[in-house]
Amino acid sequence: MPAVSKGDGMRGLAVFISDIRNCKSKEAEIKRINKELANIRSKFKGDKALDGYSKKKYVCKLLFIFLLGHDIDFGHMEAVNLLSSNKYTEKQIGYLFISVLVNSNSELIRLINNAIKNDLSSRNPTFMCLALHCIANVGSREMAEAFAGEIPRILVAGDTMDSVKQSAALCLLRLYKASPDLVLMGEWTSRVVHLLNDQHMGVVTAAISLITCLSSKNPDEFKTCVSLAVSRLSRIVSSASTDLQDYTYYFVPAPWLSCKLLRLLQCYPPPEDGAVKGRLVECLETILNKAQEPPKSKKVQHSNAKNAILFEAISLIIHYDSEPNLLVRACNQLGQFLQHRETNLRYLALESMCTLASSEFSHEAVKTHIETVINALKTERDVSVRQRAADLLYAMCDRSNAKQIVAEMLSYLETADYSIREEMVLKVAILAEKYAVDYSWYVDTILNLIRIAGDYVSEEVWYRVIQIVINRDDVQGYAAKTVFEALQAPACHENMVKVGGYILGEFGNLIAGDPRSSPLVQFNLLHSKFHLCSVPTRALLLSAYIKFINLFPETKATIQEVLRSDSQIRNSDVELQQRAVEYLKLSSIASTDVLATVLEEMPPFPERESSILAKLKKKKGPGAVTVELEDGKERGELNGGGDRGGDAAIAASNASTPSPSADLLGLRSTAPVSGTTPSAGSLLVDVFSEAGPSATSAGVNDDGFLSALHAPEASDSPLVEGPGDSDSAPPTVASEDPAPPLPESDELLNKFVCKNNGVLFENQLLQIGIKSEYRQNLGRMYLFYGNKTSVQFVSFNTTVSCPGELQSQLNVQTKTVEPLVEGGAQVQQVINIECLTDFIDAPLLNIKFRYGGALQNISLKLPVTINKFFQPTEMAAADFFQRWKQLSQPQQEAQKIFKASHGMDTEVLKAKLLGLGTALLENVDPNPENYVCAGVIQTKAQQVGCLLRLEPNAQAQPGEQMYRLTLRSSKDTVSQRVCDLLAEQF
Amino acid sequence: TVWIRFILIQNRAGKTRLAKWYMQFDDDEKQKLIEEVHAVVTVRDAKHTNFVEFRNFKIIYRRYAGLYFCICVDVTDNNLAYLEGIHNFVEVLNEYFHNVCELDLVFNFYKVYTVVDEMFLAGEIRETSQTKVLKQLLMLQSLE
Repeated sequence: MPAVSKGDGMRGLAVFISDIRNCKSKEAEIKRINKELANIRSKFKGDKALDGYSKKKYVCKLLFIFLLGHDIDFGHMEAVNLLSSNKYTEKQIGYLFISVLVNSNSELIRLINNAIKNDLSSRNPTFMCLALHCIANVGSREMAEAFAGEIPRILVAGDTMDSVKQSAALCLLRLYKASPDLVLMGEWTSRVVHLLNDQHMGVVTAAISLITCLSSKNPDEFKTCVSLAVSRLSRIVSSASTDLQDYTYYFVPAPWLSCKLLRLLQCYPPPEDGAVKGRLVECLETILNKAQEPPKSKKVQHSNAKNAILFEAISLIIHYDSEPNLLVRACNQLGQFLQHRETNLRYLALESMCTLASSEFSHEAVKTHIETVINALKTERDVSVRQRAADLLYAMCDRSNAKQIVAEMLSYLETADYSIREEMVLKVAILAEKYAVDYSWYVDTILNLIRIAGDYVSEEVWYRVIQIVINRDDVQGYAAKTVFEALQAPACHENMVKVGGYILGEFGNLIAGDPRSSPLVQFNLLHSKFHLCSVPTRALLLSAYIKFINLFPETKATIQEVLRSDSQIRNSDVELQQRAVEYLKLSSIASTDVLATVLEEMPPFPERESSILAKLKKKKGPGAVTVELEDGKERGELNGGGDRGGDAAIAASNASTPSPSADLLGLRSTAPVSGTTPSAGSLLVDVFSEAGPSATSAGVNDDGFLSALHAPEASDSPLVEGPGDSDSAPPTVASEDPAPPLPESDELLNKFVCKNNGVLFENQLLQIGIKSEYRQNLGRMYLFYGNKTSVQFVSFNTTVSCPGELQSQLNVQTKTVEPLVEGGAQVQQVINIECLTDFIDAPLLNIKFRYGGALQNISLKLPVTINKFFQPTEMAAADFFQRWKQLSQPQQEAQKIFKASHGMDTEVLKAKLLGLGTALLENVDPNPENYVCAGVIQTKAQQVGCLLRLEPNAQAQPGEQMYRLTLRSSKDTVSQRVCDLLAEQF
Repeated sequence: TVWIRFILIQNRAGKTRLAKWYMQFDDDEKQKLIEEVHAVVTVRDAKHTNFVEFRNFKIIYRRYAGLYFCICVDVTDNNLAYLEGIHNFVEVLNEYFHNVCELDLVFNFYKVYTVVDEMFLAGEIRETSQTKVLKQLLMLQSLE
């Protein structure tokens, strides 16, 4: 077989490349390049027409210069000229230049498309492939518009060469991914599916990628592919190692095609047809059997190819999660790999076993490998392998092995890689809580955690230990004793001081009987840490001190001395100063009874999901969190039901999204004393009634969530309207029945999708302003009806109704307004809204009144849209994509491609997306031009996690700018509705 | 759906010998990705796996002499299938260039693109049979 020699065919190119390689410096290289560019430019501009060979050579040089990282601003036309050459090598260079350097110069695109068209109809398979590869590489919308109709024809035509079919299939796939709206498979579907039967394995290999993509979007239309895929797989799996000749790779028959077939089947549930299912199970068993056979070659390529199929088969088995026998066999096979000498296999086995651990059929089988996994955690050299081991330990943990696993994780933490410490801390904290039988073990574990990895212990972790200690009186004494001991260490982590301060402030009395931990000893111990701590911790300690005064009157003088010192009472930090002033005052003027009431022990926290679990889910995505709070349903739920898992996790992580009330212990926003009930708060205010202004802010901040509402600003438009003008007022219907909604009411509604306040409607008589606010599944809307005339409205009456099924989806309540609206006056109406389940239509607002005797009857749509019930959800990129993938069922996705109606100003786009109610996630999409958002829609019936991606093509000419908007959520109606609403906003 | 985001061939010094992109990136982003991949891959030794998490994706890579062949795919994709996909590609290059070395890729960069397009297209595997790919490449070689 003749090998190609260096740069054969184009000597000038080879010389140029050598010259560049010989350049000793960057400057020399740039000089040489500039010389060459000048040369090429003069050749292109010269009078003498260049022959094809020279053109090819110069275009190729330009390409080389571009690939070195230099800008190329000419030569495009010459490249396009090459496309119409009859010589393959010239055409190839032309197409390559276009593929690498394509720009959206519309003039050129037209010429390029013309050349492609000629090549596609040339019936020359080489030229057809070049053209198809160019389309596949560029994949622009213009190309899709020009060729999306033609390529399916080429793909299924009887006389198309195999190699062209391969290219056509993948070319079509590329166009489908880029512009799904332009690729209509309808009439071709069945013939495309039947490519799975093609004699040529290469055609099947290429076509199956297309079929998999189309199936995942339209499973029903393509479901006949299941039986075809099973029979193709069965033929490959049962063939001898040399039967497939060209497609046998190191004695493994068609490994890539096998993997792709197995992956295609993962788009579908197990086959319903018994015969097909039987055949498939047989295939899977054969694949598992082959793993036990002696290798046919010692080469790693052989075992890799074989195992690629095996792992894909195991993925399918896990996807089905219905064949206990196969699941257990898969687990045993992976168990063997755990000790394999190939690091790759150990890694993959740990990863795969992690998903097996959450299947009820294989959980026990996975657990038998605990010692091997612990060993992996201790000895693997590659941190990513240790990470997988930690994941697996977490996934296999249950009541029977929790103590062992937690102990191993703790000891691993002492030397763990920084990159995985925080996550390990969360996992230990969750397991310790979930499987705590005796709570002293739990307290020990968490304090150890703080001792070993204090920097990585997030707020959630220490909040949680305090919640648990407060809620369980059997552990309070032990906790006090333990933190007291832990604080003895000369250097202890600030998080330990926080926990210590809090717990001693609440329960220090439980250990005060021992002279070694008498009240003063406790106080001195805490105060010895004070000056090394940050402001929030000092604030917490001050609260602990005032609690000490209540618990131990004998410490009062000492503590008052501390509070009175300049460093406290004149502290430059306003929070510290305020606490010092208030606590000092409180301790001096309040009677013992009042003090005891104010500083009462914290009431138990309401039981709720562990905020740590929520945080881990947020960090890792739901798939990685295999421990649920309810023991009984901890398994089975997590596998398969991806959408449900995604939902719950988004909802859960939402719980830890910062909101004013999320400060778990109320340390920041409200007074740090035990005043969790309003009465305690107002008591404080009474106590301080003469203590000067600085004290009043200690009262519980009882801002209603709408207290900041004001009437909308008066409109600029002239208000004076003579009665005679009323004729020109838009639709006034004489009937007393509510008028049908105004034609523009949808448009008015759309204006409020991304904002909550503004003017909803205005005509010559009336202006309607809106202020609204939403929280969870509840909303409150204030409507302001302004009479723009100088004459009063009489019989003023408004009704809000929910037509059709909206009645069962939204609960809307309102009070009637006064029937008289004076000229120039404004009346206000409050509407309370409860979202019961997701909905599409909007409630109708009907306004009727008489103005100068004429009945005015106006109906509008109230801008209550499903997105108002969004709670934003922050998440990291990995979580986003994991959830995105979990919501990959076609009905979970809604997509729209639409022309931009406004400019693509980044800030405006961001503001709109935030206005939608979702969290705008930065650094998630690999393409920084794109926007991704996440949120949870809160309805009474359920929470619907929702992910959004908006892809602008900002580079396009103004007027041709488009967006692609994709919504994924666990509920098809929600995806569709949010998509529809948002598509109107850009 | 999953597909290859890019294929990179780099030498140990970080010089790119092939960059094939299957996803839209602007030029700055491409340069950043190239540098990040180099940083991530070159610190790993033979005891490490051939897989490394990379942004929201993973890199499947294998080193041949001084060259790193890297494929960036979805995290859920089949690691070993792509690892052998790389090897299959390298064997084709080796046959085509008759004991391929780094310089062959430099001087014949425009032919390497042809080899890639024969084997991978639109981020998917197009043809896996070495015999078929080489036969096609030789046919093209004979055309002028």
